[in-house]
Amino acid sequence: MENVDKELLNKIADTSEFEGAYNIRKNGQGIERKVTPNINILTKTDKPGIDIYIKENTKYEFVHIPVIITESGLNDIVYNDFYIGKNANVVIIAGCGIHNDHHKDSQHDGIHRFFLEEGAKVKYVEKHYGEGTGDGKRILNPVTEVYLKQGSNLEMETVQIKGVDHSIRITKGELGVNTNLVISEKIMTGGAQYAKTIFEVELKGENASTKVTSRSVATEKSCQQFESKIIGNTKCFGHVECDAIIKDSAKVIAIPEIVANNVEANLIHEAAIGKIAGEQLMKLMTLGLTEKEAEEEIIKGFLK
Amino acid sequence: MLEIKDLCFTRDNKKILEHVNVTLETDKFIVITGPNGSGKSTLAKMIMGIEKPDSGSILWNGEDITKLPIYERAKKGIGFAFQQPVKFKGITVYDLLKLSAQKDITKKEACEILSRVGLCANEYVDREVNSSLSGGELKRIEIATISIQKSKLTIFDEPEAGIDLWSFQNLIQVFEKMRKETKGTTIIISHQERILEIADEILLMKEGKIERKGEKTEILPLVLSKPVCCKLGGNKSGKRRQRITK
Repeated sequence: MENVDKELLNKIADTSEFEGAYNIRKNGQGIERKVTPNINILTKTDKPGIDIYIKENTKYEFVHIPVIITESGLNDIVYNDFYIGKNANVVIIAGCGIHNDHHKDSQHDGIHRFFLEEGAKVKYVEKHYGEGTGDGKRILNPVTEVYLKQGSNLEMETVQIKGVDHSIRITKGELGVNTNLVISEKIMTGGAQYAKTIFEVELKGENASTKVTSRSVATEKSCQQFESKIIGNTKCFGHVECDAIIKDSAKVIAIPEIVANNVEANLIHEAAIGKIAGEQLMKLMTLGLTEKEAEEEIIKGFLK
Repeated sequence: MLEIKDLCFTRDNKKILEHVNVTLETDKFIVITGPNGSGKSTLAKMIMGIEKPDSGSILWNGEDITKLPIYERAKKGIGFAFQQPVKFKGITVYDLLKLSAQKDITKKEACEILSRVGLCANEYVDREVNSSLSGGELKRIEIATISIQKSKLTIFDEPEAGIDLWSFQNLIQVFEKMRKETKGTTIIISHQERILEIADEILLMKEGKIERKGEKTEILPLVLSKPVCCKLGGNKSGKRRQRITK
């Protein structure tokens, strides 16, 4: 791997040396893979991507599937399917880093599907990052689909902090009996960047629950759009919270939709968009921070 | 030493501060009291730089700080506890204490400060400073952020505001402890007799002016005998200030 590859991996996975099973994809090709006795990774034969099989009762193992793109003008689409066995408990870390020093657009669309068997538990972390000096756009369109069988749960953390010019992020979930899906999204945009998020969660099984939290900061001329739809078909609980800080000439749109198809469905949506509160700046300035430093600390905390 | 010279401040055609002149000596525990609207909080905010006067000047240890921004006054050793402690999203108590100390502190040090203001440290250090905390808890955290700054001049703007009687009793204990242990000058804006009782000096304000200033023994009887408007108990019809006893 070249230095730029390692740096990108460090940005999206906090390391370039992975423990557990992993598959590293660079410029549309798998370049390194490791499997473990409990986790197998197979290349798809009908389309680009991999199938990841995690044996039942696998406990506390890691799977890393980072993608890096350093070739300007590349349009990479990948389909990754995760099959999580009964009562397995694993951490899956994905993400994509694009380095584009040229004028052609680079794009990665990662379509990830998670099939959790009964009692399985997954923590899924994905981080998206872009860098480079070129005027070619860095485009990321991740799609995540989650299918939860009885008693399973998935916690997803998705982060897009810097350098992504255009993204449309779609996350869908179908939740069975006694399942739980927690999604936490952090987005920061600047310049003329655009980020759209679409969440659609259907609570199908009794006592299914979901909590979706989106915290975002939009600066300069960037634009963000947050659309969420939670459908409750039975006795269930759903909570969506969209919280955005807006600065400069940025624009944030939040479109909530909650659909209760059953009298026992308990669904809540909260959305707040606003600038940094003056009293927050004031408090930190009384501690000795300049206005700029105070603003940075408030944003850092907000997106932590 | 803090010298306030001929400070004036008018808003919406109302004179909030009118030619305020006062000198506050170092190492004193001073309580500024007076009816609502007498200009106490505005004066406190002027000292911190949160409000700017129309005219007049503020000298801190001989240096004119009237035009200095808030953060520079903080660096010169002035601290300010807000009447309504500010809430944040994502910033934890530990983060806020680190920012207040202006250096990296260990969790152990943060916990020691929290214990000093009467909070069970382990329960609070990693909590977000948000609306899940009660008024009393936020107030104690606010005091902890001030304590860790080790300011030479600390201003508390109505510390009793927005907290219940139970929290108030505990707050008094914290102030009594601070009174004994803290070096430097402390200014408390307050209506409360219990706070007035722990003062060295009391400054009585009325209609934007300093009406009286003197030792507690001299001013307190005068304040208690006056019909004043106060938040707890008193009203403009002349009812006396409410006493809160242990």
